[in-house]
Amino acid sequence: MSSKYNVDKKGMYGRFGGAYIPEMLQPNIDNLKKVYLDIINSEKFQKEYVQLLKDYVGRPSPLYYAKRLSEKYGTNVYLKREDLNHTGAHKINNTLGQILLAKEMGKERIIAETGAGQHGVATATACALMGLKCVVYMGALDIERQAPNVARMKMLGAEVVAAQSGNQTLKDATNEALRDWICNPEDTFYIIGSVVGPDPYPDMVARFQSIISQEIKEQLKEKTGSEFPDYVVACVGGGSNASGSFYHFLDDEQVKLVAVEASGLGVDSGETAATIALGGVGIIHGSKTFLMQDDDGQIIEPYSISAGLDYPGIGPQHAHLKDTNRAIFIDATDQEALDCAIEITRLEGIIPAMESAHAFVALKKMAFKKEESVVITLSGRGDKDMSTYMDRFKL
Amino acid sequence: MNRIKQLFQDKKDILSIYYTAGYPKLDDTVPILETLESAGADLVELGIPFSDPLADGPTIQKSGETALKNGMSLKVLFEQLADVRNKVKMPIILMGYINTVYRYGIEAFAKKCNEVGVDGVILPDLPFQEYLDEYKETFEKYGVSNIFLITPQTPDSRIKLIDENTNGFIYMVSSAAVTGAKKGLSDQQLAYFDRVNKLNLSNPALIGFGISDNESFKQTCKYADGAIIGSAFVKLLGNAKDIKGEVKSFIQEVKG
Repeated sequence: MSSKYNVDKKGMYGRFGGAYIPEMLQPNIDNLKKVYLDIINSEKFQKEYVQLLKDYVGRPSPLYYAKRLSEKYGTNVYLKREDLNHTGAHKINNTLGQILLAKEMGKERIIAETGAGQHGVATATACALMGLKCVVYMGALDIERQAPNVARMKMLGAEVVAAQSGNQTLKDATNEALRDWICNPEDTFYIIGSVVGPDPYPDMVARFQSIISQEIKEQLKEKTGSEFPDYVVACVGGGSNASGSFYHFLDDEQVKLVAVEASGLGVDSGETAATIALGGVGIIHGSKTFLMQDDDGQIIEPYSISAGLDYPGIGPQHAHLKDTNRAIFIDATDQEALDCAIEITRLEGIIPAMESAHAFVALKKMAFKKEESVVITLSGRGDKDMSTYMDRFKL
Repeated sequence: MNRIKQLFQDKKDILSIYYTAGYPKLDDTVPILETLESAGADLVELGIPFSDPLADGPTIQKSGETALKNGMSLKVLFEQLADVRNKVKMPIILMGYINTVYRYGIEAFAKKCNEVGVDGVILPDLPFQEYLDEYKETFEKYGVSNIFLITPQTPDSRIKLIDENTNGFIYMVSSAAVTGAKKGLSDQQLAYFDRVNKLNLSNPALIGFGISDNESFKQTCKYADGAIIGSAFVKLLGNAKDIKGEVKSFIQEVKG
């Protein structure tokens, strides 16, 4: 797809992206860059991938008209139900794509990083399905706060390794996964879970997640006669579900794209993950993007109630969408997201993941008209967050 | 002639020592440098600590964390090095991740290196092409050498390209690893050293990663102009009760 919002030949999104990696990773990245498009576009790959999405993941995921939510906010709210996918979130769209690629490239060992554990579970699932060895790096703090997902990964046969550095969250897990890849360049494939990392990862992950916007177009057309909603809204940490939700609308400028980032205890509280609101340009995990850093270029530890959004950077494409004003970026605090989580649950009977609940804050912070249509990507289900909800809602 | 070139012209079996600036104590940076020179080290690589050092193993990671807690930063490091050239003569190289240098400003960084007498820099996550396109001229203007890494997986063509466009030395990473990970030389590594030697590079080469003592130093010196010790030395600093004395005996032991 050629678009001024997509990656260029140099691996850049405007002034963002690229591959800022030590020489030890260069051959792996060069090789991946050389083969990924040919493999993904091959008939064999497409046949297997599309079949798995349909029969294994359960796609297409429904586009659901949320009647009571629509009434409450005086607009037309559609939910893209990625929470109904196998393993409970959008992450599986990407891991199945990457594992087929890894197999085609002859790799025998899979590594991944995970924050909330959704990507780790989706990777462990894909590895079980394909019979490949799986090692998942997870921050020690996240291992504590996402215990059910840790157990799921282990049951699926993955080895879960605790990252002990930094704040022991997603950033640190990603560092550890990259170090593993440096030490095991020949037999190992690194399945990155978000649209971050060195080129070609952001583009590759966006392509695998683009099924979300492809389906939104088809489903909305069927429901309303138009494939173009007025707004597409998604939460953004690294930004994979947002990338997938925006992908096929990037060039349809009449569709407004809204990304909601997690501001934790508040943008100016010092306990936040609002990268766009606070970040400066820098390099994190191999790509140039906005990131939270101090005056000396040290990366600041982020905070969010949601482990999946608790990341100090953002995918380079999102940085470019901010630069070009193609997307609107707003933020949601822990409390605002919690308020939305209980509201959606009580109005629609759907318990959202803590991450996804952030996206719904757009309904409170933005004004939508009666005749407009707003598609919100419900990226995951809330099962994994029940201990947080029990604690915060005194259940 | 710059100090790096002079060194390789004058000496064989170069011993280069890496340690983290501001470790174990903030003000240890320059005293350790002086001790190293008097003990017989030939070259020093000063690590600029970074919050997310993804090419480093646990030892150097921890030293960086401590240094950051001690208050080390590029600004502080340059202050510490302000009169270093009145104290030591050997070449000094700064090694760190690109984000801290970006934040400082590439030109300001190169200029400051020149002012205080830093001879070269190693920025492992600076893409070589970006260096050529955007920064080579700046670093050359200030007479600061950029040193790049090669690994067993780096193709000959890329090694040649790096050789043709840098001056200083080539940093041969001995194996696929983060710092401090492996010991001893395998047949595969020996074949890699041979392959590089047959390319007849114009720059000298130092071998790094996995070198920790006299035995591994002597062995690698057969295949290159010298070797780099990092993690083993940082570990020594972390445990040392008498830094000066222990650094001296370590260097003398390694050189044999």
